[in-house]
Amino acid sequence: MSGPSTYVPKTGFERWLDQRLPVIRLMSDSFTDFPAPRNLNYWWTFGGILTFFLVTQIVTGIVLAMHYTANTELAFSSTEHIMRDVNYGWLLRYAHAVGASMFFLAVYIHMFRGLYYGSYKAPREVLWILGVIIYILMMATAFMGYVLPWGQMSFWAATVITNLFSAIPLVGPSITEWLWGAFSVDNPTLNRFYSLHYLLPFMIFGVVMLHIWALHVPGNNNPTGLDVKDKQDTIPFHPYYTVKDSFALVVFLILFAWFVFYNPNILGHPDNYVPANPLSTPAHIVPEWYLLPFYAILRAIPSKLGGVLVMFASLAVLLLLPWLDTSRVRSAAFRPLYRQFFWIFVLDCVILGYLGALPPEGLALTVARFATAYYFIHFLIILPLLGLIETPKPLPESITKSVLARSGDGGARPAGAAAGDAST
Amino acid sequence: MGGNSNIIRLRGLLAAALLGAVLAGAGGHSRAAEGTLHPGPQSWSFAGVFGQFDRAALQRGFQVYAEACSACHSMQYVYYRNLGEPGGPGFGEAETRAIAAGFEVTDGPDETGAMFTRPALPRDHFASPFANEQEARSANGGALPPDLSVIAKARGIERGFPRWFIDLFTGYQEQGVDYVYALLNGYEEAPEGVTLQADMNYNRYFPGNQIAMAPPLSEGIVEYHDGTEATVPQMARDVATFLMWAAEPTLEERKRAGFQVILFLAVFATLLYLTKKKIWARIGH
Repeated sequence: MSGPSTYVPKTGFERWLDQRLPVIRLMSDSFTDFPAPRNLNYWWTFGGILTFFLVTQIVTGIVLAMHYTANTELAFSSTEHIMRDVNYGWLLRYAHAVGASMFFLAVYIHMFRGLYYGSYKAPREVLWILGVIIYILMMATAFMGYVLPWGQMSFWAATVITNLFSAIPLVGPSITEWLWGAFSVDNPTLNRFYSLHYLLPFMIFGVVMLHIWALHVPGNNNPTGLDVKDKQDTIPFHPYYTVKDSFALVVFLILFAWFVFYNPNILGHPDNYVPANPLSTPAHIVPEWYLLPFYAILRAIPSKLGGVLVMFASLAVLLLLPWLDTSRVRSAAFRPLYRQFFWIFVLDCVILGYLGALPPEGLALTVARFATAYYFIHFLIILPLLGLIETPKPLPESITKSVLARSGDGGARPAGAAAGDAST
Repeated sequence: MGGNSNIIRLRGLLAAALLGAVLAGAGGHSRAAEGTLHPGPQSWSFAGVFGQFDRAALQRGFQVYAEACSACHSMQYVYYRNLGEPGGPGFGEAETRAIAAGFEVTDGPDETGAMFTRPALPRDHFASPFANEQEARSANGGALPPDLSVIAKARGIERGFPRWFIDLFTGYQEQGVDYVYALLNGYEEAPEGVTLQADMNYNRYFPGNQIAMAPPLSEGIVEYHDGTEATVPQMARDVATFLMWAAEPTLEERKRAGFQVILFLAVFATLLYLTKKKIWARIGH
């Protein structure tokens, strides 16, 4: 789909620059004339929303970093300093903290959309894998960011997570001390987490660039899962998807604003307003909501090393997904069985998230074990089998046919004519 | 600590299972299991989208803090100047200066290298009752009275499912201040069969019920300047309001800004939707 460039330099300067650094051509081909399937629904707007939140997190984070002090004696009070003394510091900090939650909410919708419509299948395997890498980097970044205010949950979350590495046979304890830079979570740990928390978002930014590149080579998947067959199937990204994405973004920002202005602390834990105290363990250590499913998986396994391995395996299995799904049909719209299993899988993830917030005992632990098993059964057994036994529904002839059959609009103009209107 | 938390957790689960009972307990409190009571949400003037602090309650609450709590509890992140800032108790400039002058703070070193005390200025943090943690513990039988600057955000109450989910969209964020209010009203005789440890007091709402802090409020320990009767519930309410403001001094500004931002976004979204409709009308979809 990323065919020959359609960019024509208009001014003398553009022609001059185009022969030296064709950056305007790149932007034009990528974000203006880029041909996108005409039938993308609102689930496809989350890529733009995620880009927006990445930039928001980086911008608010850079300003917060100007006022924050990474020292165990000062971190908590510098956070309060931001809240009380810095102009609009409360807004910056709440936007950054809530922004992390919104970032994950959007990424989960984005990923489940990919799962539903088979966006990970050939020729988009690399696109999917880059997405999983971004997701893993996001989790690392968010975890380290949560440590910075140096409240009770910060400290104990850091203790729990870094201790995971001590499960590695033989070298585990040495690795853990090396990560800490001390014999427990302490000032050197806070300092390196701060440094990495500042670094990782730029790594995410780099991988996002690759992700977009890997998207623009095969082009977007779409709700039918069909390949684009001719020019009629596509419309230029601008203005059609710029305006649709903008609308969806602003609606999503209303949710963001609701939390920032009317419930900024509900997504966090009250204990994080208690300064870190290595001598007092909180009654109940929980991560932020977006990491809860993995926390449930970690604790579902009776052995520490086993729990750590299974938790990392639950991420690694996502990397293999393009080859585990054997069906040749992409979209769940035409896969009656997969569609049901997809929703069961969503439910399984929600249950794991809920159980991640409960103590691992009694019924909650039993259910967590079944839910963990099902998580892997979904990927390792159900998906490979479904492709073999499922009879897909008949596929439409083309994207355009499926769109016009639905809307009953026979008078659609071809994409070329629509593109001509872009200047109006 | 772990055992108590399990009881609380279990209670939360039970409360979730007995949804009806929990809902019936709204506004008051529900006894979900024997022992600790579940503090119920109070009605606060600063709750909700248009919430604002009750200035008189903030001023009374400050008086309760200054005359009762501040003997043991610091508020190290609050400045005297905050008392006169918009969105706060609304003391005037001269009044704020006079309040500050009533406290002594350590300053220095002076030109001879010695530390000295002087009356506080509006730019100073609230004076702390103890020089350090050790002194505080030593004066309180080994227990450390927590700093109260953000206490209203550092405590919560167990809401149970589905309450916590509903809370996401109702803007309920008074868990901490509800807990503080309940705790201050929660002192009573230990029920039969409960043996208190030395120097501990029984409190219905404190996790585990045994709290080192002696009942801090009693009828009439404060004589309100505005003539309000200083009952324990009244003082608890006033000081809880004050602590909420201290934890979140920009609450009013935040809620005001939020209304403007969301209104703007709603209008902007409508315009974008209409634009999108018009642009997409060019093609079949």
